[in-house]
Amino acid sequence: MTKTVDSAPAPAPLPVLTRKDFVSDQEVRWCPGCGDYSILAQTQKVMPDFGYARENIVFISGIGCSGRLPYYMNTYGFHSIHGRAPAIATGLRAARPDLMVWVITGDGDALSIGGNHLIHSMRRNVDIKLIMFNNRIYGLTKGQASPTSEYGKVTKSSPTGTIDYPISPLGIALAAEASFIARSVDTHTEHLQTTLERAGRHHGSVFVEVLQNCNIFNDGAHREFTDREVRDDRMLVLEHGKPMIYGKERNRGIRLDGHRPQIVTIGEGGITEADLLIHDESDPLLAAMLTTLYWPDFPVPVGVIRAIDRPTHSELLVAQVEQAIATRGKGDLATLLAGGETWTVTGDGA
Amino acid sequence: MTTAQDRPVRERPREERQLDRVTIRFAGDSGDGMQLTGTQFTRTAAAFGNDISTYPDYPAEIRAPTGSLPGVSGFQLSFSSNEIHTPGDDPDVLVAMNPAALRANIGDLPPGGALVVNVDAFTSANLSKVGYAASPLLDGSLSAYNVFSIPISALNARALAGLELTNKQVDLTKNFFALGLMFWLYERSMEPTLEWIDDKFSRRPVIAEGNKRALRAGYNFGETTEIFHERYIVPPARLRPGRYRSITGNEATALGMVAASQLAARPLFYGSYPITPASEILHQLAGYKNFGVKTFQAEDEIAAIGSAIGASYGGAMGMTGTSGPGVALKSEALGLAIMVELPLVLIDVQRGGPSTGLPTKTEQGDLLQVMFGRNSDSPMPVVAPATPGECFEYAIEAWRIALKYMTPVAFMSDAFLANGAEPWLIPDATTLPDISVPNRTEKEGFYPYLRDPETLARPWAVPGTPGLEHRIGGLEKADILGNVSYDPDNHHKMMLIREAKVAGIARDIPPLDVMGADEGDLLILGWGSTYGAIRSAVERLRDRGYSVSHAHLRHLNPFPANTEDVLRRFRRVLIPELNLGQLVMLIRARYLVDAIGYNRVRGKPFRIAEIETEAERVLADLGEPLT
Repeated sequence: MTKTVDSAPAPAPLPVLTRKDFVSDQEVRWCPGCGDYSILAQTQKVMPDFGYARENIVFISGIGCSGRLPYYMNTYGFHSIHGRAPAIATGLRAARPDLMVWVITGDGDALSIGGNHLIHSMRRNVDIKLIMFNNRIYGLTKGQASPTSEYGKVTKSSPTGTIDYPISPLGIALAAEASFIARSVDTHTEHLQTTLERAGRHHGSVFVEVLQNCNIFNDGAHREFTDREVRDDRMLVLEHGKPMIYGKERNRGIRLDGHRPQIVTIGEGGITEADLLIHDESDPLLAAMLTTLYWPDFPVPVGVIRAIDRPTHSELLVAQVEQAIATRGKGDLATLLAGGETWTVTGDGA
Repeated sequence: MTTAQDRPVRERPREERQLDRVTIRFAGDSGDGMQLTGTQFTRTAAAFGNDISTYPDYPAEIRAPTGSLPGVSGFQLSFSSNEIHTPGDDPDVLVAMNPAALRANIGDLPPGGALVVNVDAFTSANLSKVGYAASPLLDGSLSAYNVFSIPISALNARALAGLELTNKQVDLTKNFFALGLMFWLYERSMEPTLEWIDDKFSRRPVIAEGNKRALRAGYNFGETTEIFHERYIVPPARLRPGRYRSITGNEATALGMVAASQLAARPLFYGSYPITPASEILHQLAGYKNFGVKTFQAEDEIAAIGSAIGASYGGAMGMTGTSGPGVALKSEALGLAIMVELPLVLIDVQRGGPSTGLPTKTEQGDLLQVMFGRNSDSPMPVVAPATPGECFEYAIEAWRIALKYMTPVAFMSDAFLANGAEPWLIPDATTLPDISVPNRTEKEGFYPYLRDPETLARPWAVPGTPGLEHRIGGLEKADILGNVSYDPDNHHKMMLIREAKVAGIARDIPPLDVMGADEGDLLILGWGSTYGAIRSAVERLRDRGYSVSHAHLRHLNPFPANTEDVLRRFRRVLIPELNLGQLVMLIRARYLVDAIGYNRVRGKPFRIAEIETEAERVLADLGEPLT
């Protein structure tokens, strides 16, 4: 019998890898100035930190500008078809629980054509690290409205403005019970790097929304709150166990007024830091609240919204197989074929 | 007409008559347990040693309104002392549990046929539901048949009296009364069914007792009543020696796929979305976890194939299964599998279409969809078993091709094969072929699209293999290197390579076999589940002196290398299909042979007589036979 999957050669002791080891020989072909360059760079940068040999890491993508990322990673890669990357990743994960699998997708790929696969991969807690680039536009098809485009947006496909209300990516992820939900920004490289680090170390389904700029078809997609001059006042950087505090002066925060979130200023009306909400990545109500906060009514939360631990799809699948073998013994083909009621015909046909 | 009630019950010896073959059709409400009744008779006949062939025919509605025509469920089975290939054109016995079952099926009962009815169900309400103004049992309209009106419900209720069962529960056992009566009539043992009942209802002893009493009551009714003048014996068939079991196409498919996984020494992954008539394959495979089989009920048809592609990418045997509407949804992903050249098996258990069509009925409507239902030229090998038992060996064959040539392969079954049963000579597991292929592990000289010179297969380099990191995808690949390429000449070349790879499989499959003379007036060419009807029709025609032969394609893409040669040795080629002419289109286009189609799309398998008559017509048009 020839070599099987199970007996693939054991990886050599891990050499110390650097970002350069994850850069492939393919020329990067995104538009100059695209936010994707930064995401690629941070992804390559964090990759050596996870303790996986290069050959044990797989990047799977769908269609869209984001879909090109696997070509630029010197790992195994699969640039698949519209919206299907989570489904392909689910099958790969089921067959190969030993691998580290990343899914790279965009707002159109994940939330529109692939919406069904996205929610089901998350509810199953398939152990894939899904990074969704959200530029609120279809870039590769040259500028049509996406499911995250703001209501009324004028695009090539909506010359008099969209009439579709945008979807909430984090809300979808939470409703689908992803066990890790986070948001970051392409240009906030340190934050993005930290977020990807956390994502890579999570055990279970990861959903990271990266707010990303498309300087060709939707320039300034998130500028109102991500620009350097305003971001401290308009974004809320979440940290587990720490109060929800933000602002250039670090004097603003979120507290609850009844069950409603409210922006307050520390020092005004007797408000102190102790009045602010403390972020807890395991709190489902807090996560639900955070998915609804958005500019201009609130600062935009970034960081890890939710991180919980529950068994992954491939763990449960493998456990069922192991359980079946433990209780019934390893399957024997001859026994299987002769299963059920049988009868014997002798030579004379009697 | 004879009624049972007013006859004195006494025992007397009866005539016994030996028959070669009997065909029984059980028909009733979809909630009446007709499928179970038919299945029980089948296993009993099979275990006795008869050759068997079955045709379950059930409605798409789980429980259509009681007593209505759409709710009629039927199960036809033929058992024989000779080798048989079909479940029989016409039943010898029709068991009709209510007026709807009678109305829906009486047209198929030939004059002189036996009709057993549950007279208790012939109430005015039930009669008017299906448009009978008066009871056909009383108005003489059934005088052509040998009618046995039996108060099955009442007799059965009496037999179960005293058990702690509701009236409804008692009524649900009346199918076993009918079964018991048939067991008596054909001298079959009740033991296998009694054992089955004990096993099935082991936790509900009262229900078990009720069903056993119903079965025995039916049997004893036959024994003690006088209305049947004869009993019939169908001796065991002279089948090839060996150990047999009864098997349906879906069961054989599932077993074949598990066997293929063992023979290839790779784990099987099955991604599927529930769809009639393919779901049983998912159910079966879910029970084979101790063979390392992983099953995945996906969120939709697309995810089902997507997950299978992912599993194959990881080095497992990724497989998906569905019916025609699901194949339509999988088209884009099939194109991806063709582009990335990964092994994959697509099971298509065809049903009536287009669209949702006839979910529970059979059809061969997907051949062109499977051949061409993708963007661009995207060739995919296609295999199609001809009988339920053959589903096993063609499951292995599908995987052999998929693995050796690194390609998705379509395995085409249909509702008739899927649900139909036949005795199956259990293969010796040690004689099954080794279909394993190696993973690429050698770093030196590795290119993702550098091909095996003979098969044109690209290497299978699975994630986890050091030094072979590479990227694949749906975009066109540069020959050998496998990088994305938009080069015009490269694209043309890759299109030709993909085509040549599939075409080349013709060198690696058995030639098309001819049953009958190698040349003559008429060749009847078929594919898939029409095998039995064609084979039987050809046997009859040959017995009558006609120059007719039968060839049956199991490989539809590519065709066996000798196909054209076979076709040209006959004056005429007739291609019966349960579609409007799909294989005939391929054959005419490919070989410029003036083949004639014979096409029926009634959701039912061919009758032998239909094909026989059509062949006679074609032969008559030919004029003087060759001498």
